[in-house]
Amino acid sequence: MYSEKVMDHFANPRNVGEIENADGIGEVGNPKCGDIMRMSLRIRGGVIEDVKFRTFGCGAAIATSSIATEMIKGKRIEEALQLTNKAVVEALDGLPPVKVHCSVLAEQAVKAAISDYYRRQGIDPEPIVGKLEEDCHACGLE
Amino acid sequence: MSVIYVDNAATTPVSGEVLAAMTPYFTEVYGNPSSIFYSVGEAAREALDAARERTAKALNAEPGEIFFTSCGTEADNWAVKGTARRMAARGKKHLITSAIEHHAILHAMEALEKEGFEVTYLPVDAEGFVNPADVEAAIRPDTALVSVMMANNEIGTIEPVAEIAEICRRKGVLCHTDAVQAVGAIPVDVKALGVDMLSLSAHKFNGPKGVGALYIRRGVNPVVFMDGGAQERGRRAGTENLAGIVGLSVALERAVNGLDEKAKKLAAMRDAVLDHIAAMPKVKINGPLDRAKRLPNNVNASFEAAEGESLLLMLDMKGICASSGSACASGSLDPSHVLLAIGLPHEIAHCSLRISFGVQNTMDDARGVHGAGRDRAESARAQPALE
Repeated sequence: MYSEKVMDHFANPRNVGEIENADGIGEVGNPKCGDIMRMSLRIRGGVIEDVKFRTFGCGAAIATSSIATEMIKGKRIEEALQLTNKAVVEALDGLPPVKVHCSVLAEQAVKAAISDYYRRQGIDPEPIVGKLEEDCHACGLE
Repeated sequence: MSVIYVDNAATTPVSGEVLAAMTPYFTEVYGNPSSIFYSVGEAAREALDAARERTAKALNAEPGEIFFTSCGTEADNWAVKGTARRMAARGKKHLITSAIEHHAILHAMEALEKEGFEVTYLPVDAEGFVNPADVEAAIRPDTALVSVMMANNEIGTIEPVAEIAEICRRKGVLCHTDAVQAVGAIPVDVKALGVDMLSLSAHKFNGPKGVGALYIRRGVNPVVFMDGGAQERGRRAGTENLAGIVGLSVALERAVNGLDEKAKKLAAMRDAVLDHIAAMPKVKINGPLDRAKRLPNNVNASFEAAEGESLLLMLDMKGICASSGSACASGSLDPSHVLLAIGLPHEIAHCSLRISFGVQNTMDDARGVHGAGRDRAESARAQPALE
Protein backbone atom coordinates (compact mmCIF):
# COMPACT_ATOMS: atom_id res chain seq x y z
CA MET A 1 0.00 0.00 0.00
CA TYR A 2 2.88 2.41 0.72
CA SER A 3 5.93 3.39 -1.32
CA GLU A 4 9.37 2.20 -0.23
CA LYS A 5 10.16 5.75 0.80
CA VAL A 6 7.17 5.85 3.14
CA MET A 7 8.09 2.50 4.63
CA ASP A 8 11.68 3.64 5.10
CA HIS A 9 10.61 6.75 7.01
CA PHE A 10 8.08 4.71 8.98
CA ALA A 11 10.59 2.04 9.96
CA ASN A 12 13.48 4.46 10.53
CA PRO A 13 11.93 7.80 11.39
CA ARG A 14 14.40 10.71 11.31
CA ASN A 15 14.67 13.35 14.01
CA VAL A 16 12.45 11.66 16.53
CA GLY A 17 12.13 13.25 19.93
CA GLU A 18 11.75 16.60 21.56
CA ILE A 19 14.16 19.52 21.65
CA GLU A 20 14.88 20.72 25.15
CA ASN A 21 14.21 24.42 25.64
CA ALA A 22 12.82 24.59 22.13
CA ASP A 23 12.25 27.95 20.49
CA GLY A 24 8.95 26.88 19.00
CA ILE A 25 6.62 23.94 19.47
CA GLY A 26 3.66 23.05 17.28
CA GLU A 27 1.09 20.38 17.98
CA VAL A 28 -1.60 19.52 15.47
CA GLY A 29 -4.17 16.80 15.06
CA ASN A 30 -6.37 15.19 17.62
CA PRO A 31 -6.24 11.83 19.37
CA LYS A 32 -9.87 11.25 18.36
CA CYS A 33 -8.81 11.36 14.72
CA GLY A 34 -5.99 8.96 15.45
CA ASP A 35 -3.22 11.38 14.45
CA ILE A 36 -1.28 13.83 16.60
CA MET A 37 2.01 15.44 15.61
CA ARG A 38 4.25 17.51 17.83
CA MET A 39 7.18 19.32 16.29
CA SER A 40 9.82 21.31 18.17
CA LEU A 41 12.35 23.71 16.64
CA ARG A 42 15.67 25.27 17.61
CA ILE A 43 16.07 28.51 15.68
CA ARG A 44 19.24 30.58 15.54
CA GLY A 45 19.60 33.65 13.36
CA GLY A 46 16.44 32.83 11.44
CA VAL A 47 17.69 29.34 10.61
CA ILE A 48 16.10 26.10 11.78
CA GLU A 49 19.17 24.55 13.35
CA ASP A 50 17.39 21.53 14.71
CA VAL A 51 13.96 19.98 14.55
CA LYS A 52 12.45 16.96 16.25
CA PHE A 53 9.04 15.34 16.14
CA ARG A 54 6.79 12.89 17.90
CA THR A 55 3.76 11.49 16.15
CA PHE A 56 0.97 9.24 17.28
CA GLY A 57 -0.62 7.94 14.15
CA CYS A 58 -0.57 5.66 11.16
CA GLY A 59 2.35 4.84 8.91
CA ALA A 60 1.69 7.84 6.69
CA ALA A 61 1.46 10.23 9.64
CA ILE A 62 4.85 9.08 10.93
CA ALA A 63 6.45 9.15 7.48
CA THR A 64 5.13 12.61 6.55
CA SER A 65 6.31 14.15 9.80
CA SER A 66 9.67 12.41 9.53
CA ILE A 67 10.36 13.63 6.00
CA ALA A 68 9.02 17.10 6.79
CA THR A 69 11.70 17.46 9.49
CA GLU A 70 14.37 16.52 6.94
CA MET A 71 12.98 19.02 4.46
CA ILE A 72 13.15 21.98 6.85
CA LYS A 73 16.26 21.21 8.86
CA GLY A 74 19.00 23.77 8.17
CA LYS A 75 16.61 25.95 6.19
CA ARG A 76 15.75 29.58 6.85
CA ILE A 77 12.30 30.12 8.35
CA GLU A 78 11.05 31.75 5.15
CA GLU A 79 12.09 28.67 3.18
CA ALA A 80 10.49 26.30 5.71
CA LEU A 81 7.25 28.21 5.37
CA GLN A 82 7.24 27.37 1.67
CA LEU A 83 6.91 23.68 2.51
CA THR A 84 3.64 22.39 1.07
CA ASN A 85 1.84 19.15 1.70
CA LYS A 86 2.20 18.46 -2.02
CA ALA A 87 5.98 18.64 -1.73
CA VAL A 88 5.82 16.24 1.22
CA VAL A 89 3.75 13.77 -0.82
CA GLU A 90 6.15 14.04 -3.75
CA ALA A 91 9.19 13.56 -1.55
CA LEU A 92 7.62 10.32 -0.28
CA ASP A 93 6.99 9.10 -3.85
CA GLY A 94 3.26 9.46 -3.33
CA LEU A 95 0.65 8.54 -0.73
CA PRO A 96 -2.65 6.66 -1.06
CA PRO A 97 -5.51 9.17 -1.52
CA VAL A 98 -7.00 8.48 1.94
CA LYS A 99 -3.64 9.38 3.48
CA VAL A 100 -3.10 12.75 1.84
CA HIS A 101 -4.55 14.47 4.92
CA CYS A 102 -1.49 13.22 6.84
CA SER A 103 0.72 15.35 4.60
CA VAL A 104 -1.50 18.34 5.35
CA LEU A 105 -0.98 17.62 9.02
CA ALA A 106 2.81 17.61 8.52
CA GLU A 107 2.69 21.00 6.79
CA GLN A 108 0.47 22.32 9.57
CA ALA A 109 2.83 21.00 12.25
CA VAL A 110 5.74 22.94 10.75
CA LYS A 111 3.65 26.10 10.49
CA ALA A 112 2.30 25.70 14.02
CA ALA A 113 5.83 25.37 15.41
CA ILE A 114 7.03 28.46 13.50
CA SER A 115 3.94 30.41 14.64
CA ASP A 116 4.77 29.48 18.21
CA TYR A 117 8.32 30.74 17.65
CA TYR A 118 7.05 34.11 16.41
CA ARG A 119 4.59 34.38 19.28
CA ARG A 120 7.43 33.84 21.74
CA GLN A 121 9.26 36.69 20.02
CA GLY A 122 6.22 38.89 20.57
CA ILE A 123 5.41 38.88 16.86
CA ASP A 124 1.90 38.14 15.58
CA PRO A 125 2.49 35.12 13.32
CA GLU A 126 -0.70 35.36 11.33
CA PRO A 127 0.43 37.92 8.71
CA ILE A 128 3.59 35.84 8.13
CA VAL A 129 2.46 32.22 8.50
CA GLY A 130 -1.20 32.60 7.62
CA LYS A 131 -4.18 31.18 9.41
CA LEU A 132 -3.70 27.67 10.77
CA GLU A 133 -6.29 24.99 10.57
CA GLU A 134 -6.55 23.81 14.15
CA ASP A 135 -7.77 20.30 13.46
CA CYS A 136 -7.85 18.10 10.46
CA HIS A 137 -10.96 18.96 8.54
CA ALA A 138 -11.29 15.66 6.87
CA CYS A 139 -12.62 13.72 9.78
CA GLY A 140 -15.37 16.09 10.86
CA LEU A 141 -15.07 15.04 14.49
CA GLU A 142 -15.58 17.46 17.33
CA MET B 1 10.96 -14.51 6.08
CA SER B 2 8.09 -16.84 6.78
CA VAL B 3 4.58 -15.49 6.84
CA ILE B 4 2.30 -16.03 9.82
CA TYR B 5 -1.23 -15.42 8.61
CA VAL B 6 -3.50 -14.67 11.56
CA ASP B 7 -6.29 -12.71 9.89
CA ASN B 8 -8.65 -15.64 9.41
CA ALA B 9 -11.69 -13.56 10.32
CA ALA B 10 -10.98 -11.63 7.11
CA THR B 11 -10.58 -14.73 4.98
CA THR B 12 -8.99 -18.18 5.04
CA PRO B 13 -6.93 -20.18 2.56
CA VAL B 14 -8.79 -22.79 0.53
CA SER B 15 -7.78 -26.19 1.83
CA GLY B 16 -6.16 -28.64 -0.58
CA GLU B 17 -8.98 -31.07 -0.09
CA VAL B 18 -11.57 -28.45 -0.97
CA LEU B 19 -9.65 -27.30 -4.02
CA ALA B 20 -9.38 -30.90 -5.23
CA ALA B 21 -13.12 -31.37 -4.79
CA MET B 22 -13.82 -28.20 -6.80
CA THR B 23 -11.43 -28.66 -9.69
CA PRO B 24 -13.45 -31.14 -11.82
CA TYR B 25 -16.32 -28.66 -11.95
CA PHE B 26 -14.26 -26.16 -13.91
CA THR B 27 -13.04 -28.46 -16.64
CA GLU B 28 -14.82 -31.82 -16.65
CA VAL B 29 -18.28 -31.40 -15.20
CA TYR B 30 -18.75 -27.98 -16.75
CA GLY B 31 -22.40 -28.44 -17.74
CA ASN B 32 -25.11 -26.05 -16.74
CA PRO B 33 -27.09 -27.67 -13.90
CA SER B 34 -30.27 -26.46 -15.62
CA SER B 35 -29.41 -28.35 -18.83
CA ILE B 36 -30.31 -31.80 -17.64
CA PHE B 37 -31.05 -33.49 -20.97
CA TYR B 38 -27.47 -34.54 -21.55
CA SER B 39 -24.91 -36.21 -19.37
CA VAL B 40 -22.62 -33.23 -18.61
CA GLY B 41 -25.58 -31.17 -17.46
CA GLU B 42 -27.07 -33.99 -15.52
CA ALA B 43 -23.82 -34.65 -13.71
CA ALA B 44 -23.68 -30.98 -12.80
CA ARG B 45 -27.24 -31.13 -11.47
CA GLU B 46 -26.36 -34.17 -9.38
CA ALA B 47 -23.32 -32.43 -7.96
CA LEU B 48 -25.44 -29.38 -7.11
CA ASP B 49 -28.03 -31.52 -5.35
CA ALA B 50 -25.34 -33.39 -3.44
CA ALA B 51 -23.72 -30.10 -2.38
CA ARG B 52 -27.07 -28.82 -1.15
CA GLU B 53 -27.65 -31.98 0.86
CA ARG B 54 -24.17 -31.83 2.34
CA THR B 55 -24.68 -28.19 3.30
CA ALA B 56 -28.11 -28.82 4.79
CA LYS B 57 -26.85 -31.74 6.83
CA ALA B 58 -24.01 -29.71 8.32
CA LEU B 59 -26.50 -27.11 9.54
CA ASN B 60 -29.27 -29.54 10.52
CA ALA B 61 -31.52 -28.03 7.84
CA GLU B 62 -33.53 -29.56 4.99
CA PRO B 63 -31.94 -29.37 1.52
CA GLY B 64 -34.93 -27.31 0.33
CA GLU B 65 -34.05 -24.68 2.91
CA ILE B 66 -30.57 -23.95 1.51
CA PHE B 67 -30.13 -21.23 -1.10
CA PHE B 68 -26.71 -20.56 -2.56
CA THR B 69 -25.65 -16.95 -3.10
CA SER B 70 -22.58 -15.13 -4.36
CA CYS B 71 -21.33 -14.26 -0.86
CA GLY B 72 -22.31 -13.67 2.75
CA THR B 73 -23.12 -10.05 1.98
CA GLU B 74 -25.67 -11.11 -0.64
CA ALA B 75 -27.26 -13.55 1.81
CA ASP B 76 -27.51 -10.76 4.42
CA ASN B 77 -28.95 -8.29 1.91
CA TRP B 78 -31.50 -10.82 0.68
CA ALA B 79 -32.63 -11.75 4.19
CA VAL B 80 -32.93 -8.17 5.40
CA LYS B 81 -34.26 -6.37 2.32
CA GLY B 82 -36.30 -9.32 1.07
CA THR B 83 -38.04 -9.74 4.42
CA ALA B 84 -38.56 -6.00 4.89
CA ARG B 85 -40.17 -5.67 1.48
CA ARG B 86 -42.33 -8.75 2.02
CA MET B 87 -43.57 -7.55 5.38
CA ALA B 88 -44.05 -3.93 4.27
CA ALA B 89 -47.02 -5.12 2.24
CA ARG B 90 -48.57 -6.11 5.57
CA GLY B 91 -47.86 -2.72 7.08
CA LYS B 92 -44.80 -3.91 9.01
CA LYS B 93 -42.04 -1.42 8.42
CA HIS B 94 -39.92 -1.67 11.57
CA LEU B 95 -36.66 -3.60 11.83
CA ILE B 96 -34.42 -4.39 14.79
CA THR B 97 -30.71 -5.05 14.67
CA SER B 98 -27.62 -4.46 16.81
CA ALA B 99 -25.12 -1.63 16.70
CA ILE B 100 -22.23 -4.02 16.08
CA GLU B 101 -23.43 -5.87 12.98
CA HIS B 102 -21.24 -6.27 9.93
CA HIS B 103 -21.69 -3.53 7.32
CA ALA B 104 -23.54 -6.04 5.14
CA ILE B 105 -26.39 -5.78 7.64
CA LEU B 106 -25.93 -2.18 8.82
CA HIS B 107 -25.72 -0.68 5.35
CA ALA B 108 -28.67 -2.78 4.15
CA MET B 109 -30.63 -1.39 7.10
CA GLU B 110 -29.55 2.15 6.26
CA ALA B 111 -30.67 1.64 2.67
CA LEU B 112 -34.08 0.54 3.96
CA GLU B 113 -34.28 3.62 6.18
CA LYS B 114 -33.98 5.74 3.04
CA GLU B 115 -36.94 3.79 1.65
CA GLY B 116 -39.07 4.71 4.66
CA PHE B 117 -38.42 1.79 7.01
CA GLU B 118 -37.68 2.46 10.65
CA VAL B 119 -34.71 0.68 12.25
CA THR B 120 -33.88 0.19 15.94
CA TYR B 121 -30.15 -0.31 16.52
CA LEU B 122 -29.81 -2.07 19.85
CA PRO B 123 -26.87 -1.03 22.00
CA VAL B 124 -24.44 -3.62 23.33
CA ASP B 125 -22.67 -3.84 26.67
CA ALA B 126 -18.95 -3.28 27.21
CA GLU B 127 -18.17 -6.82 26.02
CA GLY B 128 -20.39 -6.56 22.96
CA PHE B 129 -23.41 -8.52 24.16
CA VAL B 130 -26.94 -7.74 23.03
CA ASN B 131 -29.38 -8.07 25.91
CA PRO B 132 -32.32 -10.29 24.85
CA ALA B 133 -34.59 -8.22 27.12
CA ASP B 134 -33.72 -5.20 24.93
CA VAL B 135 -34.85 -7.15 21.88
CA GLU B 136 -38.15 -7.98 23.54
CA ALA B 137 -38.68 -4.38 24.61
CA ALA B 138 -37.93 -3.07 21.11
CA ILE B 139 -40.44 -5.36 19.34
CA ARG B 140 -43.56 -3.47 18.22
CA PRO B 141 -46.73 -4.58 16.46
CA ASP B 142 -45.21 -3.37 13.18
CA THR B 143 -41.82 -5.09 13.62
CA ALA B 144 -40.98 -7.14 10.54
CA LEU B 145 -37.60 -8.62 11.41
CA VAL B 146 -34.96 -8.97 14.08
CA SER B 147 -31.42 -9.53 12.79
CA VAL B 148 -28.65 -10.09 15.34
CA MET B 149 -25.32 -11.62 14.39
CA MET B 150 -24.31 -14.97 15.83
CA ALA B 151 -20.74 -13.90 16.54
CA ASN B 152 -18.98 -10.59 16.08
CA ASN B 153 -16.21 -10.44 13.50
CA GLU B 154 -14.04 -7.95 15.38
CA ILE B 155 -14.26 -8.78 19.06
CA GLY B 156 -15.54 -12.35 18.92
CA THR B 157 -18.64 -11.90 21.09
CA ILE B 158 -21.02 -14.87 20.74
CA GLU B 159 -24.52 -13.40 20.90
CA PRO B 160 -27.45 -15.14 22.65
CA VAL B 161 -29.17 -15.82 19.33
CA ALA B 162 -31.20 -18.85 20.51
CA GLU B 163 -32.72 -16.72 23.27
CA ILE B 164 -33.42 -13.88 20.85
CA ALA B 165 -35.01 -16.29 18.35
CA GLU B 166 -37.22 -17.68 21.10
CA ILE B 167 -38.47 -14.17 21.91
CA CYS B 168 -39.12 -13.53 18.22
CA ARG B 169 -41.07 -16.77 17.87
CA ARG B 170 -43.19 -15.90 20.88
CA LYS B 171 -43.85 -12.42 19.49
CA GLY B 172 -44.48 -13.61 15.94
CA VAL B 173 -41.53 -11.72 14.47
CA LEU B 174 -39.10 -13.18 11.94
CA CYS B 175 -35.52 -13.68 13.07
CA HIS B 176 -32.34 -13.67 10.98
CA THR B 177 -28.76 -14.17 12.08
CA ASP B 178 -25.55 -13.38 10.27
CA ALA B 179 -23.51 -16.48 11.15
CA VAL B 180 -20.63 -15.70 8.81
CA GLN B 181 -18.03 -15.73 11.61
CA ALA B 182 -19.69 -18.50 13.61
CA VAL B 183 -19.93 -21.28 11.05
CA GLY B 184 -16.89 -23.51 11.32
CA ALA B 185 -15.87 -21.98 14.67
CA ILE B 186 -18.78 -22.90 16.96
CA PRO B 187 -21.70 -25.33 16.54
CA VAL B 188 -24.40 -23.93 14.24
CA ASP B 189 -27.64 -25.92 14.24
CA VAL B 190 -30.50 -23.97 12.69
CA LYS B 191 -33.16 -26.02 14.49
CA ALA B 192 -31.54 -25.64 17.89
CA LEU B 193 -31.10 -21.92 17.25
CA GLY B 194 -34.68 -21.56 16.11
CA VAL B 195 -33.90 -18.80 13.60
CA ASP B 196 -35.88 -18.26 10.39
CA MET B 197 -32.88 -17.29 8.30
CA LEU B 198 -29.11 -17.65 8.63
CA SER B 199 -26.28 -16.35 6.42
CA LEU B 200 -22.91 -17.95 5.88
CA SER B 201 -19.89 -17.46 3.65
CA ALA B 202 -17.57 -20.20 2.36
CA HIS B 203 -14.28 -18.31 2.46
CA LYS B 204 -14.44 -17.94 6.24
CA PHE B 205 -14.06 -21.71 6.74
CA ASN B 206 -11.39 -22.66 4.18
CA GLY B 207 -13.78 -22.64 1.25
CA PRO B 208 -13.56 -20.43 -1.84
CA LYS B 209 -14.44 -16.74 -2.11
CA GLY B 210 -17.47 -15.77 -4.18
CA VAL B 211 -19.98 -18.17 -2.67
CA GLY B 212 -22.27 -18.05 0.33
CA ALA B 213 -25.62 -19.41 1.39
CA LEU B 214 -28.81 -18.31 3.03
CA TYR B 215 -30.77 -20.81 5.10
CA ILE B 216 -34.46 -19.95 4.81
CA ARG B 217 -36.77 -21.97 7.03
CA ARG B 218 -39.59 -23.64 5.13
CA GLY B 219 -42.57 -21.29 4.99
CA VAL B 220 -40.50 -18.11 5.15
CA ASN B 221 -40.41 -16.18 1.91
CA PRO B 222 -38.26 -13.08 1.52
CA VAL B 223 -38.90 -11.22 -1.75
CA VAL B 224 -36.69 -12.45 -4.59
CA PHE B 225 -33.52 -10.44 -4.69
CA MET B 226 -32.05 -11.52 -8.01
CA ASP B 227 -34.54 -11.77 -10.88
CA GLY B 228 -33.90 -14.05 -13.83
CA GLY B 229 -34.04 -17.78 -14.44
CA ALA B 230 -35.55 -20.50 -12.29
CA GLN B 231 -32.38 -21.43 -10.39
CA GLU B 232 -32.61 -22.10 -6.64
CA ARG B 233 -36.28 -23.05 -7.00
CA GLY B 234 -37.04 -19.73 -8.66
CA ARG B 235 -35.88 -17.72 -5.68
CA ARG B 236 -32.34 -16.77 -6.59
CA ALA B 237 -31.68 -16.48 -10.31
CA GLY B 238 -28.33 -16.87 -12.03
CA THR B 239 -26.39 -19.86 -13.28
CA GLU B 240 -25.03 -21.61 -10.23
CA ASN B 241 -21.37 -21.20 -9.33
CA LEU B 242 -21.10 -24.96 -9.22
CA ALA B 243 -17.41 -25.32 -8.41
CA GLY B 244 -17.83 -22.72 -5.67
CA ILE B 245 -20.94 -24.39 -4.30
CA VAL B 246 -19.21 -27.77 -4.22
CA GLY B 247 -16.29 -26.07 -2.49
CA LEU B 248 -18.59 -24.48 0.07
CA SER B 249 -20.30 -27.76 0.86
CA VAL B 250 -17.09 -29.76 1.20
CA ALA B 251 -15.40 -27.05 3.28
CA LEU B 252 -18.46 -26.84 5.52
CA GLU B 253 -18.58 -30.59 6.00
CA ARG B 254 -14.88 -30.63 6.91
CA ALA B 255 -15.32 -27.65 9.24
CA VAL B 256 -18.22 -29.20 11.08
CA ASN B 257 -16.70 -32.68 11.41
CA GLY B 258 -14.60 -32.77 14.55
CA LEU B 259 -15.49 -29.18 15.34
CA ASP B 260 -14.93 -29.72 19.07
CA GLU B 261 -11.34 -30.73 18.52
CA LYS B 262 -10.69 -27.87 16.12
CA ALA B 263 -12.26 -25.35 18.46
CA LYS B 264 -10.01 -26.63 21.25
CA LYS B 265 -6.94 -26.17 19.09
CA LEU B 266 -8.01 -22.67 18.10
CA ALA B 267 -8.84 -21.76 21.69
CA ALA B 268 -5.42 -22.94 22.88
CA MET B 269 -3.72 -20.54 20.44
CA ARG B 270 -6.14 -17.74 21.29
CA ASP B 271 -5.64 -18.24 25.02
CA ALA B 272 -1.86 -18.30 24.72
CA VAL B 273 -1.96 -14.88 23.06
CA LEU B 274 -4.72 -13.49 25.30
CA ASP B 275 -2.87 -14.55 28.46
CA HIS B 276 0.30 -13.01 27.15
CA ILE B 277 -1.33 -9.73 26.16
CA ALA B 278 -3.33 -9.49 29.38
CA ALA B 279 -0.06 -9.46 31.33
CA MET B 280 1.31 -6.51 29.32
CA PRO B 281 1.06 -2.96 30.68
CA LYS B 282 -1.27 -0.38 29.07
CA VAL B 283 -3.37 -2.97 27.29
CA LYS B 284 -7.12 -3.45 27.16
CA ILE B 285 -8.62 -6.72 25.94
CA ASN B 286 -11.66 -5.97 23.77
CA GLY B 287 -14.58 -8.41 23.75
CA PRO B 288 -15.77 -11.02 26.26
CA LEU B 289 -13.47 -11.93 29.12
CA ASP B 290 -15.45 -15.14 29.61
CA ARG B 291 -13.71 -17.18 26.96
CA ALA B 292 -16.63 -19.59 26.59
CA LYS B 293 -18.58 -16.66 25.16
CA ARG B 294 -15.83 -15.61 22.79
CA LEU B 295 -15.09 -17.08 19.35
CA PRO B 296 -12.33 -19.66 19.86
CA ASN B 297 -10.13 -17.99 17.24
CA ASN B 298 -10.49 -14.32 18.20
CA VAL B 299 -8.06 -12.01 19.97
CA ASN B 300 -8.70 -8.27 20.08
CA ALA B 301 -6.86 -5.77 22.23
CA SER B 302 -5.96 -2.09 22.33
CA PHE B 303 -2.35 -1.13 22.97
CA GLU B 304 -2.47 2.33 24.48
CA ALA B 305 -0.50 4.89 22.46
CA ALA B 306 0.36 2.39 19.72
CA GLU B 307 -1.78 3.33 16.74
CA GLY B 308 -3.32 0.30 15.02
CA GLU B 309 -2.10 0.79 11.49
CA SER B 310 1.43 1.40 12.73
CA LEU B 311 1.21 -1.85 14.68
CA LEU B 312 0.03 -3.69 11.56
CA LEU B 313 2.90 -2.33 9.48
CA MET B 314 5.42 -3.29 12.15
CA LEU B 315 3.95 -6.78 12.42
CA ASP B 316 4.03 -7.07 8.63
CA MET B 317 7.77 -6.38 8.75
CA LYS B 318 7.95 -9.53 10.88
CA GLY B 319 5.78 -11.45 8.42
CA ILE B 320 2.70 -11.34 10.60
CA CYS B 321 -0.63 -10.59 8.91
CA ALA B 322 -3.24 -9.21 11.31
CA SER B 323 -5.98 -6.59 11.38
CA SER B 324 -6.93 -3.40 13.22
CA GLY B 325 -10.04 -1.37 13.95
CA SER B 326 -8.21 1.94 13.67
CA ALA B 327 -9.56 4.47 11.22
CA CYS B 328 -6.31 4.47 9.30
CA ALA B 329 -6.35 0.73 8.88
CA SER B 330 -9.96 0.70 7.76
CA GLY B 331 -9.34 3.30 5.07
CA SER B 332 -12.01 5.53 6.57
CA LEU B 333 -11.56 8.30 9.10
CA ASP B 334 -13.55 6.81 11.95
CA PRO B 335 -12.37 3.87 14.01
CA SER B 336 -14.44 0.70 14.04
CA HIS B 337 -18.13 1.14 14.86
CA VAL B 338 -17.91 -2.03 16.95
CA LEU B 339 -15.17 -0.64 19.20
CA LEU B 340 -17.06 2.63 19.60
CA ALA B 341 -20.28 0.71 20.39
CA ILE B 342 -18.61 -1.14 23.28
CA GLY B 343 -17.72 2.27 24.68
CA LEU B 344 -14.06 2.65 23.76
CA PRO B 345 -12.94 6.26 23.39
CA HIS B 346 -11.74 7.11 19.87
CA GLU B 347 -8.11 7.27 20.98
CA ILE B 348 -8.23 3.70 22.36
CA ALA B 349 -10.23 2.37 19.43
CA HIS B 350 -7.49 3.63 17.10
CA CYS B 351 -5.01 1.40 18.94
CA SER B 352 -6.73 -1.92 18.42
CA LEU B 353 -5.26 -5.07 17.00
CA ARG B 354 -7.22 -8.16 15.95
CA ILE B 355 -5.63 -11.56 15.63
CA SER B 356 -7.79 -14.40 14.33
CA PHE B 357 -6.43 -17.92 14.12
CA GLY B 358 -7.37 -20.55 11.57
CA VAL B 359 -7.14 -24.32 11.41
CA GLN B 360 -3.89 -24.05 9.44
CA ASN B 361 -2.16 -22.15 12.27
CA THR B 362 0.02 -23.85 14.86
CA MET B 363 1.07 -23.13 18.42
CA ASP B 364 4.39 -21.90 16.97
CA ASP B 365 2.43 -19.23 15.12
CA ALA B 366 0.79 -18.19 18.38
CA ARG B 367 4.20 -17.95 20.04
CA GLY B 368 5.56 -16.00 17.08
CA VAL B 369 2.65 -13.60 17.33
CA HIS B 370 2.98 -12.79 20.98
CA GLY B 371 6.72 -12.46 20.85
CA ALA B 372 6.56 -10.05 17.93
CA GLY B 373 3.44 -8.40 19.31
CA ARG B 374 5.23 -7.45 22.51
CA ASP B 375 8.32 -6.13 20.73
CA ARG B 376 6.27 -4.21 18.23
CA ALA B 377 3.83 -2.71 20.68
CA GLU B 378 6.81 -1.52 22.69
CA SER B 379 8.55 0.01 19.73
CA ALA B 380 5.36 1.52 18.33
CA ARG B 381 5.07 3.31 21.63
CA ALA B 382 8.71 4.03 22.17
CA GLN B 383 9.65 5.38 18.77
CA PRO B 384 7.71 8.27 17.43
CA ALA B 385 4.57 7.91 19.48
CA LEU B 386 3.48 10.65 21.81
CA GLU B 387 3.32 9.66 25.42
